[in-house]
Amino acid sequence: MFFTYLRRELAGRRRQTAIVAAGMALAIALVIIVNAIAAGVKDAQGSVLESVYGVGTDITVAATPATPEEGGAAGGPRFEFGAEDGATADGSTSLSQSRLTAGFGTSTFDAAALETIAGVDNVAAAAGTLSLTNTTFSGEIPDMSQAQGGGPAGGGTPPQGGADGAGGSAFGVDSFTVLGLDPASSAVGPLSAVTLEDGRGLDAEDAGQYVAVLDSTYAASAALAVGDTIAIGGSDFEVVGVVASTSADATTASNVYIPLDVAQTLSGEEGMISSVAVQAASSSDIEQVQADIEAALPDTTVSTQEDLAASVSGSLSTASSLVANLGTWLSVAVLAAAFLIATLFTVSGVTRRTREFGTLKAIGWSNRRIVAQVSGESLVQGLIGGAAGIALGLVGVLIVNLVGPTLTGEAATTTAAGPGGTGGGPGFGMQEAAASATEIVLNAPITPLVIGIAVALAVLGGLLAGAIGGWRAARLRPAEALRSIA
Amino acid sequence: MYELTNISKSYRQGKRTVDALRGVTLSIPKGQLVAIQGPTGGGKSTLLQMLGALDRPSGGTVTLGDKQLASLGDRALARVRATEIGFVFQGFNLIPTLTAQENVETALAPLGVAAAERKRRASEVLASVGLGDRGDHLPAELSGGQQQRVAIARALVKDPEVLLADEPTGALDEGTRDDILDLLEGLWKEKGLTVVLVTHDSAVAKRAERRLYIKGGTVREG
Repeated sequence: MFFTYLRRELAGRRRQTAIVAAGMALAIALVIIVNAIAAGVKDAQGSVLESVYGVGTDITVAATPATPEEGGAAGGPRFEFGAEDGATADGSTSLSQSRLTAGFGTSTFDAAALETIAGVDNVAAAAGTLSLTNTTFSGEIPDMSQAQGGGPAGGGTPPQGGADGAGGSAFGVDSFTVLGLDPASSAVGPLSAVTLEDGRGLDAEDAGQYVAVLDSTYAASAALAVGDTIAIGGSDFEVVGVVASTSADATTASNVYIPLDVAQTLSGEEGMISSVAVQAASSSDIEQVQADIEAALPDTTVSTQEDLAASVSGSLSTASSLVANLGTWLSVAVLAAAFLIATLFTVSGVTRRTREFGTLKAIGWSNRRIVAQVSGESLVQGLIGGAAGIALGLVGVLIVNLVGPTLTGEAATTTAAGPGGTGGGPGFGMQEAAASATEIVLNAPITPLVIGIAVALAVLGGLLAGAIGGWRAARLRPAEALRSIA
Repeated sequence: MYELTNISKSYRQGKRTVDALRGVTLSIPKGQLVAIQGPTGGGKSTLLQMLGALDRPSGGTVTLGDKQLASLGDRALARVRATEIGFVFQGFNLIPTLTAQENVETALAPLGVAAAERKRRASEVLASVGLGDRGDHLPAELSGGQQQRVAIARALVKDPEVLLADEPTGALDEGTRDDILDLLEGLWKEKGLTVVLVTHDSAVAKRAERRLYIKGGTVREG
């Protein structure tokens, strides 16, 4: 009788069933789409972070930047030339100096911290890196002695030579990012997320050697290939390999990779590192590892992947906040509206069916049986809405995936920029330390969890409406229900 | 069958208390056909609710067979209604989305009768009221007389001890009214039911064995 009555009621009151189911379907579809896009954005953020921090990096440790001393040098590299520096020809002096310094906004700390981190419980792997910037200053100064006799107004000889042959000067500043890393450690860290395009990667035997691995994008722009030589910090390095990001259209964490010890020596950062990539034994240990490292190294900033996700900028960041804010609230609002519609329709249905339920009570139906009937009807309406919502949601997600919006994400390895930060940098078009811009086509995945949530919401909506409607029906006294008749 | 002793029933209407029944004492023997008449607001409906275990009196006792209805809980009252009392209403009160056959079956649902048995008994009783061929019709597809026959079939399918009819012919034309009265009278005689009819219609009341008149909450023999 229960199912016959339920079927007849739903079929006999098609419009109500359709409205309640449609409201529920819309809400559930929205929840599915928002959830799928949120998961897609999270995956995209993961890809961006992966290109910077490497696969499997759960936690990164960086020095907490200190406030620069009053009057201290805060800024880019400084080039100093002596009176005898440079090569002079035709009275003009050509100057060139290459400096390897810690990346702007990057603070360094003692490499001994690496051992401390490796000693923390549940740390599976830890690799230290030193983020540097190589800046080359080159230019030509004219023979200034020619101008000693007075300027053109004084009737002297106009200056000769120089870049323009008329006493002018020209200076060029070229910079690229350099990452010093332990060549023996490849399980975790920036090079764990790259593919080798040519040559070889760094290995344990490269320690102390002047060898470099280049990012493929940088290698192309600088017209360098395996076997060529690149000047870093005034020393020549042999290019032994070219790597590319595993993410499509993305660059790797740095332009150039060299052994850590060589990087430390050339930059004057002996025994220093700027960041440590840490892999936890399991994802459930991440919080504990983070807390333990923070306790062991109070002067460092310890960030998990979740913290780092906040550092991803670009349209990906906009999409992330859009999904997190607008998407979530829209879902909640539509869901609440759908629940309200379902409840109002059920309650109004019970009121309209007062005589019907009164009659059933009069012929011996118990309250429980009537509540079950009302709840059953609401539940099935919710489930119909849920099924339609899942179908609608899947179509929506399919459309999102077919359209495939491209998001740009950018993450900087220096998550804690110091005072002065990236603003007011050294100019000359220098890049921020190890920034990685990645273009990612949004792919919204459908997971069993999302479908589970949708079904649970449909059941919840149906039960909520049914419970309130059933409560109303149970409160009807049979005598009241029939009073208008007698 | 029924023993009503000093029954009173009061309702609150805003700040006012309405005494619908005032000290009604009444005995209805098993197998009697009783008609209750009276003006609107005289207490007919309230008395029928007491007899039908739909409500409890404010004072006094109502006994049906060996059961004190005034002291039973909601679930026990529902059980009494499900097993011992058949209701027929003025407006038929059929479930509009269920067929005639299914409407009759609703009376057997609380008794836990198996589906096949339910169908068989509903078909039989529909045939006995002359609607054997209308089982799959919805109420809207039946005439008023036919709908009331379905309602009578629903009241009788559980083989009750008592049949309570509230203006059973109030919504019908004269010809149909007589058909329905003939049917009720026939069933009363055939099954030995106790039948209580509430009616405005003296022509209906005349066919009863016993006539009661209720006015101002008190009952007298008519």
